[in-house]
Amino acid sequence: MVEAIVAHARADHPDEACGIIAGPAGSDVPTRVIPMMNAERSPTFYRFDSLEQLKLYRELDERDEEVVVVYHSHTATEAYPSRTDIAYAGEPQAHYVLVSTREPATQEFRSYRIVDGVVTEEDVEITRSTAP
Amino acid sequence: MSVTVSVPTILRPQTKGEKSVTAAGTTLAEVITDLDARYAGLGDKLVRDGALHRFVNIYVNDEDVRFTGGLETSLADGDQVTILPAVAGGDSSALVAGGASSAMVAGGSGVSG
Repeated sequence: MVEAIVAHARADHPDEACGIIAGPAGSDVPTRVIPMMNAERSPTFYRFDSLEQLKLYRELDERDEEVVVVYHSHTATEAYPSRTDIAYAGEPQAHYVLVSTREPATQEFRSYRIVDGVVTEEDVEITRSTAP
Repeated sequence: MSVTVSVPTILRPQTKGEKSVTAAGTTLAEVITDLDARYAGLGDKLVRDGALHRFVNIYVNDEDVRFTGGLETSLADGDQVTILPAVAGGDSSALVAGGASSAMVAGGSGVSG
């Protein structure tokens, strides 16, 4: 899943890439990477296309899943939440993953909780994927 | 005139944990006023300065209300209103000018009059 996210971020560079990892509701277990369109197609801003997002959230509801991870890339600066990221953070249960693609050969991959405007970095433990 | 409103996780503290609530009104603005009367503080999360807040997306049935008249979108009995957090952000600090960065965000919000 980490590889899929990094590949997505690299493919969309220099624009920001975004998406989610879904998992069973209440489990806090990420199981399905779902890349989303960046409706802004911008190197400094991302926004899920609103209709694609509605379709996604309905699908998650039907499957009794929720957003476990929201990921996006920063293409010129470090993988740390910007003021804009914090202002928009609207999924209190989610882990906000940032990937920086500013260095061509290496990437930063970091994760945060963002609740009520407070950012807390957390460790990322990469495990073997259990998905088929 | 009653519609069903689907409430996202982040606003459920305002609705006492309810995921789906009902409200009355013939326009989105009326429905939000009614919601705010039932669930104090909810209106402020949805509307700011007379316009839809840029941090939320609101849909009537399958349409984003930003494309159907915003707060003036008319509603029919039984319509399904869905509120979602706008999933957005980005590294506006990478821009040189602060003014350009806030213009960027406003432009990205799709808020119009």
